[in-house]
Amino acid sequence: MTATNEQATSGEVQTVVAARRLEHAKSVFIGVGRPSTAAILARMVHNPHLVLVYESGTIGAKPFHIPLSIGDGELAETADAVVSVPEMFNYWIGPGRVEVAFLGAAQVDRLGNLNSTVIGDYEHPKTRLPGAGGAPEIAACCQEVVVIAPHSPRTFVERLDFRTTVGFGDGPGDRERLGFRGRGPTAVVTDLGVLEPDPDTRELTLTQIHNGIEADQVREATGWDLRVAGDLQHTPPPTDEELSALRELLAR
Amino acid sequence: MTEVASLSDAIAEIVHDGDAVAIEGFTHLIPFAAGHEILRQERRDLELIRMTPDILYDQMIGMGAARKLVFSYGGNPGVGSLHRFRDAVEHEWPHAIELEEHSHAGMANRYAAGAARMPFAVMRGYVGTDLAPRTQVKPITCPFTGEELVAVPALRPDVAIVHAQEADREGNVQLWGIPGVQKEAVLAADRALVTVERIVDELKPRPGGVVIPSWVIDAVAEAPGGSQPSYSLDITTRDNDFYRRWDKLSRDRDEFQAWMREHVLEPTKDVASR
Repeated sequence: MTATNEQATSGEVQTVVAARRLEHAKSVFIGVGRPSTAAILARMVHNPHLVLVYESGTIGAKPFHIPLSIGDGELAETADAVVSVPEMFNYWIGPGRVEVAFLGAAQVDRLGNLNSTVIGDYEHPKTRLPGAGGAPEIAACCQEVVVIAPHSPRTFVERLDFRTTVGFGDGPGDRERLGFRGRGPTAVVTDLGVLEPDPDTRELTLTQIHNGIEADQVREATGWDLRVAGDLQHTPPPTDEELSALRELLAR
Repeated sequence: MTEVASLSDAIAEIVHDGDAVAIEGFTHLIPFAAGHEILRQERRDLELIRMTPDILYDQMIGMGAARKLVFSYGGNPGVGSLHRFRDAVEHEWPHAIELEEHSHAGMANRYAAGAARMPFAVMRGYVGTDLAPRTQVKPITCPFTGEELVAVPALRPDVAIVHAQEADREGNVQLWGIPGVQKEAVLAADRALVTVERIVDELKPRPGGVVIPSWVIDAVAEAPGGSQPSYSLDITTRDNDFYRRWDKLSRDRDEFQAWMREHVLEPTKDVASR
């Protein structure tokens, strides 16, 4: 490991790990923030042909800068195609044409279901969150979902206050029963490690920890009794290429 | 022929108290100038419809113009919360607001059904979520295959307001860049107002351009800079700094009201500058 790598922040590691998930993907659906940064980084270092799809209707956007909003002008100017919102959802998302979806959420439960609607009671919420946006249909239809979230007991909860978006619902077989076409969440990438669904129970299980993180630390930051995989992996630290590309991107 | 009117005359004629008003523009081409004119004319009791409420509806909700909000994503894109929207929902300030929320796919399909004058749209979605029992969506079986799908009711606003780059003197409109759901909103509504950056002698075809013919539009008003702090591709740029600053200046009720008085309500100020 080089001196540069030792300085990687937990946020940088999270972005780098998310970007690696796109090494072989054809297309990715992204919102703004860390998912967008990770996808642009993936195009820079792993997969120059990766097609970035933003909810605003820009397909094949090639942003040089990290966009603040999903509708920034640069996305439309660099896109292969710019389509209306009904077309985006009915022709592109719905039929499962987009391979990977990066989603965030305020709450994640052990079956990878997501809340982005309210904290507290729906009628009298403690915190009113933005709401569903495209997430329910994106999570149902894209071939796989990667959730990107900060690891804390507030986010990784035993019980969601509101189920905005279905991961594995109430357990194995639920996605099939609901008629969903995509496979559902394949990973949750956090600043501490990576959770993946157990092949049988679909319960999110700690399969990978980042450099300097202990499994117990991740369990403490999780609101349910987090299972740890027998063959727990250690995240290969960011390479010089990954880290310098990420920092260059953030500095643009 | 569509009337090319002043913005104040167009709003006075087209938007009434109690109307269901859809002001669309997906991040791009958000009709801020028109929304601000609605506030200056003190319209009340509106049912505000919009996929992504954005700063404009945060301002309209905070000024007490909305009775109900129909939406699918109420955030400040890339920044965080809409504080006036949150204050209305969480603390009923300045008064309680009724919510009807959807997914983006649901809203887009509702507009498309409205534009087609169909009673509903068929889609896959909502199932398995807590949203389904709290919004307007019903199960429906495909009469051909037996597949279980969902139906969402057509959206038929009283008024649609959108912003475009150009109109000609007859009132034909062209917009380009991210097209959002504006054409659907115009065709779904009973009355439509389009504000434009500029009036031109002739519309020149643009790649990806969306043309809305004058005969489905009730009024066109010139409003240069009228989508700022959002933007009109090739004419203005998105004021990302303002979106960040709004996060701070909209948190406090008094600071918000003072800002609105100074920048929106006072007729001597140039609205287009913000």
